[in-house]
Amino acid sequence: MTTATSRLSADDLDATFAALADRTRRAMIAKLARGEASVLELAEPHDMSQPAISKHLKVLERAGLITRSRDAQRRPCRLEPRRLKLVADWIATYREYWEESYARLDDVLQELQGQTTQKEKSHGTVTKTRSHRRLR
Amino acid sequence: MAPSQKLEVIVASDKPTIVTRRTVDAPRALVFDAWTKPEYIKRWLGPRNMEMVVCDVDLRVGGGYRFVHRTPDGQEFGFHGTYREISRPDRMVSTYVFEMFPDAEAVETLVLEERDGRTTVITTTVHKSIQNRDAHLANGAMEAGMNEGYARLDELLPDIRRAA
Repeated sequence: MTTATSRLSADDLDATFAALADRTRRAMIAKLARGEASVLELAEPHDMSQPAISKHLKVLERAGLITRSRDAQRRPCRLEPRRLKLVADWIATYREYWEESYARLDDVLQELQGQTTQKEKSHGTVTKTRSHRRLR
Repeated sequence: MAPSQKLEVIVASDKPTIVTRRTVDAPRALVFDAWTKPEYIKRWLGPRNMEMVVCDVDLRVGGGYRFVHRTPDGQEFGFHGTYREISRPDRMVSTYVFEMFPDAEAVETLVLEERDGRTTVITTTVHKSIQNRDAHLANGAMEAGMNEGYARLDELLPDIRRAA
């Protein structure tokens, strides 16, 4: 991967995450997850002016999270699930990084405890199994 | 060894934080050492397919650390920070800078809670903004050998440009 690629993607991601960082826009996405909706339908639960609603929709559209049909007169909004999935996948990878790190940490800790138990044995301490309490 | 434990990752929607929580089968003094001594850090931090090529630790308040991972195809990414509080065996506070975003410093708090010889590791990362936090989540992950992610991103970019 090149730096240019990652910079570019960072900008795109900024737009997506900035779009998702707003409660009203998340509510709109939740509604669109159930199917396409008109601007009026999307505006309905929110106590907001039409221009304010349009502004939110533009942010979502620019972020690649929704598309708006150009043909139909009522221009329904549609969720772009691929973009949302991409975000979810990336968060999943953060989780994978830590899951794998912790799995390795488990091994290191097991080994360290084994060593401590060995030391206790060589000092003549009675050690049937490794004892957590003694190590404290 | 207990079967692998579940990792919790909590990403708040209204605060720029990431909290992780995981229980390990060891007393906390050992966990603290594994977390802070380079000879151990090297062996566990990061995915197995990545080599840690830099692992510098100056473990004192005001001292710093720097870690660099190398992916199998030779790409490197690093992060560093400064220790703000070191209270072995239960707490440590440090700053965190992912070097791809040098201005986006975060503060990480490590808390180790021991119970019956097992330790729950709780990390809390506080970013300057929700956007910084999310970029870290996304790009940190991408840097971690996310070639598949990049392939998918490349597929997506034409669509994004069209939408813009």
